Amino acid sequence: MKISSHARWALFSGRAMSWWLLGPGLLWMGLLCFVPLCLIVVISFAGRGTYGGIVWSFSLTNYLDLLHPLYARILGQSILLAAGTTLLCLIMGFPLAYYIARAAPRRQGIWLLLVMIPFWTNFLVRTYAWMFILRTEGLLNTLLLKLGLIATPIELLYSNTAVVIGLIYGYLPFMVLPLYVALERVDRTLVEAAWDLYATRWAVLFRIILPLARPGILAGCLLVFIPSLGAFLTPDLLGGARSMMIGNLIQHEFLVARDWPLGAAISCVLMLFVVGMMGWSLRVAKLLSQQEHEL
Amino acid sequence: MRSKWIGLSLCLLMFLFFGNAACQRPSGDAGQKTLHYFTWSDYVGPELLAEFERRHGVRVVVDTFSSNEELLAKLQGGATGYDVTVPSDFMAAIMIQQGLIAELDLTALPNTATLEDHLQHLPFDPTHRYAIPYLWGTVGIGYDSAVVSPPPDSWAVLWDPRYTGKISMLNDQREVFGAVLRSMGASMNTKDPVLIEAAKARLLVQKPLVKAYASEHYDQLLASGDVVLAHGWGGPVARAMRDRPSIRYVVPKEGGTLWADCLVVLKSSPRKELATQFINYLLDPHVAARTAERLLFASANKAARPFVPSRILDNPAIYPPIDLLPRLEWMTDVGEALRMYDRAWTELKMH
Amino acid sequence: MKQADGWLWRLSLANLLFLYGPIAVLILFSFNASRLSATWQGWSLQWYRALWANQALLAATANSLLVATVSTLLALLLGVGLAVGLEGLPGRRQHQIEQAMLLPLVIPEVMMGVSLLLFFVLLHIPLSLTTVIVGHTLFNVPVVMIIVRARLRKLDPRLLEVAADLGASYWDALRYVTIPLLRPAIVGAALMAFTISLDDFIVTFFTAGPGATTLPLKVYSMIKSGMSPEINALSALFVVLSMGLIGLSLLLQRR
Repeated sequence: MKISSHARWALFSGRAMSWWLLGPGLLWMGLLCFVPLCLIVVISFAGRGTYGGIVWSFSLTNYLDLLHPLYARILGQSILLAAGTTLLCLIMGFPLAYYIARAAPRRQGIWLLLVMIPFWTNFLVRTYAWMFILRTEGLLNTLLLKLGLIATPIELLYSNTAVVIGLIYGYLPFMVLPLYVALERVDRTLVEAAWDLYATRWAVLFRIILPLARPGILAGCLLVFIPSLGAFLTPDLLGGARSMMIGNLIQHEFLVARDWPLGAAISCVLMLFVVGMMGWSLRVAKLLSQQEHEL
Repeated sequence: MRSKWIGLSLCLLMFLFFGNAACQRPSGDAGQKTLHYFTWSDYVGPELLAEFERRHGVRVVVDTFSSNEELLAKLQGGATGYDVTVPSDFMAAIMIQQGLIAELDLTALPNTATLEDHLQHLPFDPTHRYAIPYLWGTVGIGYDSAVVSPPPDSWAVLWDPRYTGKISMLNDQREVFGAVLRSMGASMNTKDPVLIEAAKARLLVQKPLVKAYASEHYDQLLASGDVVLAHGWGGPVARAMRDRPSIRYVVPKEGGTLWADCLVVLKSSPRKELATQFINYLLDPHVAARTAERLLFASANKAARPFVPSRILDNPAIYPPIDLLPRLEWMTDVGEALRMYDRAWTELKMH
Repeated sequence: MKQADGWLWRLSLANLLFLYGPIAVLILFSFNASRLSATWQGWSLQWYRALWANQALLAATANSLLVATVSTLLALLLGVGLAVGLEGLPGRRQHQIEQAMLLPLVIPEVMMGVSLLLFFVLLHIPLSLTTVIVGHTLFNVPVVMIIVRARLRKLDPRLLEVAADLGASYWDALRYVTIPLLRPAIVGAALMAFTISLDDFIVTFFTAGPGATTLPLKVYSMIKSGMSPEINALSALFVVLSMGLIGLSLLLQRR
């Protein structure tokens, strides 16, 4: 017997009450987030002063500038990297999240803390640690050479590979936590029933567990993809600043080129892209879950 | 769930631990005058600050930034509360033009009488109305003399294919373009689009040889042997010398950047008199000498030289030889031409 | 079944190794006698001593912890309110508000930082630690909301029916049924928000005023004058303290 979420709460004539709960959050975010953002959108149409200030003359110049193929390339490459990072994070984080979700309830808290603790150390310092590991004479190469697995050192640092490793490392908990929250509610009896019916490991995974964990997967992917898209410290340090990601570009425009209107325009374009992508993915998710319901 | 309490007690414990240690120096006024100093990290040693605090009965609160552009972004955004800050020369020029800097009372700054000759008249502020030079130096090439031979004397060595994958350049568009332009015999402040395009072409040729563009940790790269040629400021190269004695520093014959970080008082400061006294204190010969020794940058005060240890004074990475000066160039703001540099730099990175 | 379990355990272990590898490196180098993290030159405790004397670094750490704690608590209040309150609205409205609330996570951090700076300047609000906390809540609230709502959707509505049948009011049901059921999600969200806040750099940079330097800001500006292993020492202390507390709680749970 499935009651719609609306009906559930309507049991308590919740609508009026809901606004008490919603009110503070909406007010806070509305005033402190949306108003400033509107400011930025307005600025994206303004002009740049010679010394980096804002000239309040409005035009589409900035957006027209962005039509140059160079910027499309930057966006494209950033999307590829972010997508790769997200996928790998999902593949890596899923077993861990599942393991924690199935562990004894007392232990779960400890496991989660264990996952979080590395991220209470400073991000920059962790990145420097990765540089030490991935360097030509770094830990990894020394180990592999000693074990005889390779003959010459692998040039890992200052490449896109290193950037992806760094990004995965930085955003893994953002994937594990939402996954854990969703997986924890997966009814174990369903999984056991599948085993009893001699389903293969993969069938259990793809037909039962994954669909049930879908909201967690979506949340985790979003929480990893979006910051990865806008990252700039990691490409700078682990990538040797050899390529420009969109995060670097935005930071460059705001802080180095001192062209705030152009930076604002790039940010707006990025924002539009991500919002569009999110809307599309949410619609797909809804379609899939509707199909399920019909079955 | 107990983990909630673990988390909370963890926070509390750590907060108490560190808060206690830091409480010996709380930020904000407590009936005592406070001076807010906004500077590059570690530009003043805590022991030097303590002396000023004792002498004048005030507390100095230090906040830091790591690039000129960040400083400007903060100040342009309207941040107030800072009293003294240390922009680089061209940034000081911009800040003056933007009306962010207060005029100085030179009678309260006796230590400025003995500034180095070449710093007596800054191009953007000849009479020291606004900015007083504090530390100065050059941008050149740090190299490992055990690997790079013959000893380089030209920017061209950064294009030498023998050192492929062992070269690092600064991650700074003006400095990198400046180096190429000088190697082509042009000014680093050119606004000529043809020259900028030519410079970009040369940089694109160089890119496969470059291991990384790094403005921060090239001293570590040099010391560890990851690179044998590093484009950089003298100070960090001097740091690397301590760990790998075969490292040397050279300013190429085509010339390079002359830079000077300047002390300024912000117009929004409510304590301009105290700020001026602070500037004078930082330029005091003994304080300046200790600063040079600690930070590995040359002091702008000539009168400090007798008190600087000879290993610092004789190190060309720290105290540039005076005969270098004719081939050095101040970096100036290029105005609208910055857009051309921006676009070229972005294209270089995307290649 | 057992085979799958074995694999699961191995994969999880590999993940943990991946997570803690760099941490082990960090801790190792906090004992390095050399200043540069590139070369190993023997054991030394000098950086721990230097850390204790480094007032600025310790003050920055205290700031970071304060900001993280306050912004997490605030975000929990506002975020859980949002997550639960949204249930009372029709489905379409829910979606609209949800998507709107995701906006702070979607935009590049630089954009958020700059917009906040401009906003504060226009309203003549001086920058300080408070403005940093405000900035942090802007990304913490959506994070809390997402995590709590992911869990909320899985709740069994029958439990609420039971509560209604037993005569519970809206607020009672909230307190005694919904919130306890949401506790894992709330704890998870709190952990996440705290972590994000501790490490945040960009938004903090734009909203920090005089005396409001947090740890990431301090570290970032320290790298110009050479990464000092004092930071490694600090990180090592963080890790050891956290592990110690976990060990303690394990002991307590045994009783």
